[in-house]
Amino acid sequence: MFKQLKTITGGLLALCMPVTAMLATSQTAKAADPTEVRIMWYSDGIEGDVMRDLLDRFEKQNPDIKVTLDRVPYKTVVEQLPALLDSGQGPDLARVTDLGGLSRHYLDLRPHLKNAKYFDDNFASSLPWFRPVNGAKDGVYGVMTQLTLTLPLVNATLFQQAGIPMPGPKATWDDWAKASKAVADKVKAPYPIAFDRSGHRVSSLVLDMGGKFVDGDKPALIDDGFKAATKMLVDWHNNGTMSKALWGSVGGTTYRGATEEFANAQVVFYMSGNWQFTQFAKTVAKNFEWQAVPNPCGPGNCSGMPGGAGLVPIKTTKNPQAVARVVEYFASEPVYEEFHARTLFLPAHLGIAKKGINYQTDDANVKKSLAIAVDQVAQTSPVAFRLQGYEHNRILFNATISRVNQAISGEMSLDDAYTRIQADIVEGLAAKGIKLQ
Amino acid sequence: MNPNAHPPSDSATPTAAQRFARGFELAYTGLMRALEPPFAAIQKRIGIKGMAYVFVAPNMIIFSVFVALPMILNIWYALTGSNRLMMEERPFVGLDNFSALLDCKDYLDVNSCKQDRFWRAVHNSVLFVALQVTAMVALSLVTALILNGKLRARGFFRAVFFFPVLLSPVVVALIWKWILQRDGLLNALLMAGGGERVAFLHDASWSFFWTVFVSVWAHMGFYALILLAGLQAIPADLYEAAEMDGTPKWRVFWRITVPLLLPTLLVVVILSLIRAVQAFDEIYVLTGGGPGTATQFIVQYIYETAFANQVHLLGLAAAASLLVAVVLMVLTVLQLRISYHGKTS
Repeated sequence: MFKQLKTITGGLLALCMPVTAMLATSQTAKAADPTEVRIMWYSDGIEGDVMRDLLDRFEKQNPDIKVTLDRVPYKTVVEQLPALLDSGQGPDLARVTDLGGLSRHYLDLRPHLKNAKYFDDNFASSLPWFRPVNGAKDGVYGVMTQLTLTLPLVNATLFQQAGIPMPGPKATWDDWAKASKAVADKVKAPYPIAFDRSGHRVSSLVLDMGGKFVDGDKPALIDDGFKAATKMLVDWHNNGTMSKALWGSVGGTTYRGATEEFANAQVVFYMSGNWQFTQFAKTVAKNFEWQAVPNPCGPGNCSGMPGGAGLVPIKTTKNPQAVARVVEYFASEPVYEEFHARTLFLPAHLGIAKKGINYQTDDANVKKSLAIAVDQVAQTSPVAFRLQGYEHNRILFNATISRVNQAISGEMSLDDAYTRIQADIVEGLAAKGIKLQ
Repeated sequence: MNPNAHPPSDSATPTAAQRFARGFELAYTGLMRALEPPFAAIQKRIGIKGMAYVFVAPNMIIFSVFVALPMILNIWYALTGSNRLMMEERPFVGLDNFSALLDCKDYLDVNSCKQDRFWRAVHNSVLFVALQVTAMVALSLVTALILNGKLRARGFFRAVFFFPVLLSPVVVALIWKWILQRDGLLNALLMAGGGERVAFLHDASWSFFWTVFVSVWAHMGFYALILLAGLQAIPADLYEAAEMDGTPKWRVFWRITVPLLLPTLLVVVILSLIRAVQAFDEIYVLTGGGPGTATQFIVQYIYETAFANQVHLLGLAAAASLLVAVVLMVLTVLQLRISYHGKTS
């Protein structure tokens, strides 16, 4: 009996020893543990790798902070992050594109920043995009990781092969549509014009056709400009200028790009934006010549839609000081400049934008396109900036995409689509506690 | 003496396995002895019948947390509004979500409905269920009948028909997308044969046809297997007697096979019906619900309304899911009744 008891006691002690050792180690480690800052980050191209590299340097300079970059697909940011934020389970920082829609979850970093004036001076034009309606009027609720501008990318080789000259800088949408169709017919390309299936991209066309989107703080989407632009889209799908194979291959509000088709030289004119440059530098390489071209003109404007992604601090963070230090590091001029030079993104930092960036690329297509993109930023319409700053712009974008798509597929007339778009906007705003009329 | 020979086993020195078994036995006995007093005390207090509840409790707790609670939460969401996730931030709206969903001038004309997308999804689902279940049952039955006959390499063919069931729905959808897309295999074959390219996935009618086809292809093996088991349970002497009487084969099928297979057939109908109502994954990957909303079914509507759209209308989605749950519950009760009737008869 005594022998059995001895065995059991021995066994229990043997089991307890590693646990005790682990506890002791964890206690010791806890004392020296750096503060962890978690960032939810999605990538379009190489920016995740560049960010990690920059953060490694930050960690070396700041051994008391450990930054974990949780890389997730874009869909996670769109679909899961809002639920995480609502339930108070969000990360410390997140890279988001719906800047206004999530703004009630952002933390005002101003009280935690060493030099808040630096942000006021250099991010003046983009800081208001992050501010919640009831937030501090001078709050620093985030910093842009990239400024984007919608603009067309054109397969120049197809134009050369077809022997058709590219329309000039002030060409209209009609000019581009006719030229692209002619090129596609001649070289047997299946997609004369492709648009990303995104409300943001369609808004560029609406903007150029004279759409106003917002009246004061209320949405005023359905006007003559909107009607002209959406009719154009439907007509293009019906006359073969745009193919139903792209927008028709998905439903609802699902995003659908045409990057693969463009890289395979199947698209003549691709309405997308500057964030595609790094990707095409890699996928197209020297297979054909491509370039960005100035936004086509309409009766209203010749402008693209600004947008982009921002790094936003989440107010449930337990480490606002550490979060502020990470953001200050990222926004500091040399780091911010390096990030943009390597990712080929447009900077939202006014000082850097004025000075110009020496982009790290040898690709002639990219260089030409970057020059056009930088020039186009300066020509962006104030209406476009107002729409970008409108907190509920995604409600407008989603309603547009899903309903216009139904008109394109023949499920409803455009007039019915307009009625449904208005109803969707009213419903979406009502769910956010905003009553129209 | 052989130097490699094992030494004679020493009964005094236990092997490792014996030591482990002994240790385990000791630990088990120790645990049981430790648990005995508290359980004895509980039994003394609640009686031996009450002990059943104590032993069922862990399972019930897990069921409550992971099944019952989400169901209650879903009902609560259906009765509340706004786009907020947390309960305390959601105002009570009563049956507003249900009345919004059911607000239609004419249920056959989706454009007259307030929530036209919900009704488009309902219409699509009803058509899908009717076509898919009919095709599924008919083809599964034919397959089972063939596989039940005298066939060379029968085992191989059974495996071939069952193989798609083992594939993940996403893999199934991606394979067929690769075949059906604009530059896919099927169009390549058509064009190589001098034909025209067909818009298999962006023409509404074609797209709908392929959702039915792919879903039948992916799941038919499972139902064929159930029917095959049913066929093999029919006594062979019935067929032998019919053969001796010179009964024609079609008569044998209608008078022996169908009546005796009917209970299995009904189970297959109900199971495939429930599954067809729940259709989502393959179709979402294959067509995304498009073109337009031509292949958007009810589960995708719920998913998009709750999670994919920028404004998460959780109340509306929860109300829609409750309506679907009611339909599924009716079907399940039907299946249980049929199974019970089959057993008793």
